[in-house]
Amino acid sequence: MENNYLADLWNSSPIVCVVLTGLVLLLVESVRRGSGRLSYAVSLVGLASAGVLIVAVGDVAQPAFNNMIVQGPYAQFFTVIFLVTGILTILLSRGYLDRQGIHRSEYYLLVVFAISGMMLLAYAMDLIVVFLGIELMSICLYILAGFMRTRGTSMEAALKYFLLGAFATGFLLYGIALIYGSTGTTNLEQIAKSFAEHSASPMFLVGVSFLLVAFAFKVAAVPFHMWAPDVYEGAPTMVTAFMSTGVKAAGFAAFVAVFMRSFQYAGSPVNDVLAAIAAASMIIGNVTALAQVNLKRMLAYSSVAHAGYILVGLAAGNADGFMGILFYLVAYVVVNVGAFGILSLVEDSNGQKLSYDDYAGFSAQRPFLAALMSIFMFSLAGIPPFAGFFGKYYVFLAAVKADMIWLAVLGVLTSLVSVYYYLRLVILMYFREGSGDVAVRPTWAAMLSIGFAAYLVIQFGIFPSIVVDAALKVF
Amino acid sequence: MLTENILTLTIFFPLLGFAVLLFVSRERASMIKLIGLITTLITFGLSLVLYFGFDDQAAGFQFQHQQVWIAGLNISYFVGIDGMALLLIVLTTFLTPLALLGTWESITHRIKEYTLMILLLEVGMIGVFAALDLFLFYVFWELILIPMYFIIGVWGGKDRIYAAVKFFLFTLFGSLLMLVAILALGYLASQYPGGQFTMNLLELYGIGPRLPAVLQGWLFAAFALSFAIKVPLFPFHTWLPDAHVQAPTAGSVILAGVLLKMGTYGFIRFCLPLFPTASVSFMPSISVLAIIGILYGALVAMVQTDIKKLVAYSSVSHLGFVVLGIFSMTEEGMQGAIIQMVNHGLSTGALFLIVGMIYDRAHTRMITDFGGVAKVMPVFATIFMIVSFSSIGLPGLNGFVGEFLILLGAFKSKFLNSYSYAAFSALGVILAAVYMLWSYQRVMLGPVREGGLYGGHTLSDLSVREIVTYVPIILFIVWIGVYPSTFLSKSAQTTKQVVRIMEDTQRGSKTGTAEVIERQTVRSSNQLIPEQ
Repeated sequence: MENNYLADLWNSSPIVCVVLTGLVLLLVESVRRGSGRLSYAVSLVGLASAGVLIVAVGDVAQPAFNNMIVQGPYAQFFTVIFLVTGILTILLSRGYLDRQGIHRSEYYLLVVFAISGMMLLAYAMDLIVVFLGIELMSICLYILAGFMRTRGTSMEAALKYFLLGAFATGFLLYGIALIYGSTGTTNLEQIAKSFAEHSASPMFLVGVSFLLVAFAFKVAAVPFHMWAPDVYEGAPTMVTAFMSTGVKAAGFAAFVAVFMRSFQYAGSPVNDVLAAIAAASMIIGNVTALAQVNLKRMLAYSSVAHAGYILVGLAAGNADGFMGILFYLVAYVVVNVGAFGILSLVEDSNGQKLSYDDYAGFSAQRPFLAALMSIFMFSLAGIPPFAGFFGKYYVFLAAVKADMIWLAVLGVLTSLVSVYYYLRLVILMYFREGSGDVAVRPTWAAMLSIGFAAYLVIQFGIFPSIVVDAALKVF
Repeated sequence: MLTENILTLTIFFPLLGFAVLLFVSRERASMIKLIGLITTLITFGLSLVLYFGFDDQAAGFQFQHQQVWIAGLNISYFVGIDGMALLLIVLTTFLTPLALLGTWESITHRIKEYTLMILLLEVGMIGVFAALDLFLFYVFWELILIPMYFIIGVWGGKDRIYAAVKFFLFTLFGSLLMLVAILALGYLASQYPGGQFTMNLLELYGIGPRLPAVLQGWLFAAFALSFAIKVPLFPFHTWLPDAHVQAPTAGSVILAGVLLKMGTYGFIRFCLPLFPTASVSFMPSISVLAIIGILYGALVAMVQTDIKKLVAYSSVSHLGFVVLGIFSMTEEGMQGAIIQMVNHGLSTGALFLIVGMIYDRAHTRMITDFGGVAKVMPVFATIFMIVSFSSIGLPGLNGFVGEFLILLGAFKSKFLNSYSYAAFSALGVILAAVYMLWSYQRVMLGPVREGGLYGGHTLSDLSVREIVTYVPIILFIVWIGVYPSTFLSKSAQTTKQVVRIMEDTQRGSKTGTAEVIERQTVRSSNQLIPEQ
């Protein structure tokens, strides 16, 4: 028995490491109050060691803790995304928090705990663990959204996110209960085995649709996206960055784990519902983004649209869809970290300078940052040779293979719409003269992280094999 | 070793210049220009190695280079060229340094970014003509959008932003639907027994013609829309006048000289051999559109007051000829189309340089602001004269060869099966003479303006640098006009194969047996794959 626990601990060691980092941060906070710098260092070291552990543990699938979690390629793939996002976010956050005058150690603590929640979602083999992970992650983010506690918009964001998020949690829990009621288990593997015999039972189907609502809320898919623009706009920019990347990836980690890996829904009405949600997200996200003035709101609607593209892979429900989702998430996450990073550099201490017009003539003042921003925008728009293009290629391929050509056509047409608002930023940066009063004082860490994100965008765009091979292993 | 990599080297050589430029300070303008020029000249040299190493007689693609790119999805880096691609690649590498040289002093701000964009553009253009993997082709195809967008948007005229966005959205609209068609085609390939998802063009040549007619029609439509927008075929041409007029001179030269040919190239490389049945059924409508383009472009060009717009609309007309030649599906017509692509690149490229040079001097492009320029700028007048004649299609110059062959092809085409196509398009030749000569007369002839002032500036004749820019162009204008076989022989194998596929298809559909089509297209597609 003892041996078993040791093996379980070893298999879950990356999560344990991140949780321990969080606990150490708590101690740091109590010993040296308000020392942001120490927490900054501790959190980076903690996340990096988790990264080492995830490699050391290996990629052989191993269940742990009575099949509650499973360590394996799937968990590994997502954990790497979360850790990289976390590290980049933290690197970018320090300078940002300093400029905004809210540099406090709790910030790092909350980010690290949120990451541990995300990792639980990637490891989850049981609906209860999914619930735990989502709650752990969300509660940290409710607080982070309101981290700028002197600013009304930040408070509003936190409250809105919390109230609606709590509602979604209710759906999640109720869905789990109904599924448990009809199958007698919360274990994903066992649900998968008995899916066929239960798929006709109304109680089970209602449970599945409740789960669908909860996950769609977490990934901000239409029609459960209403919270996204306000929360994205109000939350501190780096928190928004974290929300739109890490949280979205985590939401999809759970979504895919529960729906694709457990529910074999191919050919069932679930398929059509997913396709409808994907289509609606692509249309509404992209069209609404056209009308935005504030860049954070624009990226919020764009993230709704991107959730739609990822859901195309989910709706296709085939192997290509699965790998397309993984690739798309990687591409989307690195791009968004970079883009929000630049936004956070340009934003002034009053939370202004976030609109399109503030970027007029940006290329003349900051040619390097403007070039990187253009790369991010082209990648979001899905123009080759950047990573975003290959992500779209992959999910549309999945749609075509699943005989959903209409979804692929809709996808390309809406991404044509998206080009317009992404390029608007490029137009302002390059084709117009600016007032020249954008004061940007980037830290080295921030420049490095943004540069690294841009490097990945190009690297994954031209040589996608690295990610594709990793995704193949997961499958 | 060398023969395997020389094509890849040619494609990516401009990137070397790109990388070097990144480390040059933006203050050193002449250094930057020089690096740009040298890079493009070496690229031209490399393309000449391709040219002289090319075997006219061999069928299929030469200088093939294949490397696994994304193994999981059966995507490979696969390049190779046939005669048509060779001519267009040489045209690209030939025009790019000339465009840089011809606009040496016209660009005054952000010279570094400008040169970077031109180099990036060159990579994309050569890549499009060399790619034999559909995914790779699509990447190069789209890669061109970004630099061209910046070239128009940053260094363009007054309405540059509108023109740049319109250019970007129009072309992207077409190519995105093509992307879905590419995916569908690759997927359909995996539906055949023993088949697998593939992006390899040579393998797909064996698949496409076997698809049922309705499916072919859809795929053809998606591909053709993308190409038609690029060409541009009437009524998809509206982005072109805006983009051409607003783009800086070098941008217009490359846009007209090379980018438009990507569309016509696409028709010959993809639409016809991949979807022969659909091509035959779409042929009448596309030919009619081509003829409307020929006449409409010429008529609109005639009434322009802006010389640059006139040249832009003349492109619509000329490219209409090329499309007609392609869809005549005869060897003459297609050969004429290919040589006409080169001709148009030379003569319209030169015309845009001419417009640019006169605009740099007078700061106006309105025809009414000029008159009697020939007396002030005699060398310029001579060059303008030769280029105009080339554009009109005067016998002895290059334009004549292309147009003659195209009309001949349209005349005897079994597919068009009517003389009216040739008759109507011949009208376009007459109209071309009208708009070119008339504008030449109004700009160059007549009395000199009062005080020799044009737009408030005195005009000086061409500098040595500017003359040097035109010499090679005029050399080729005459060469192709007098002895076109040098170039026609390069593309002969390409046209022969495409025409054979088309004729087999028609014969098959007349006898009404699907098996015949299948057998014959499989045969002809095998011929496209050269013996290793």
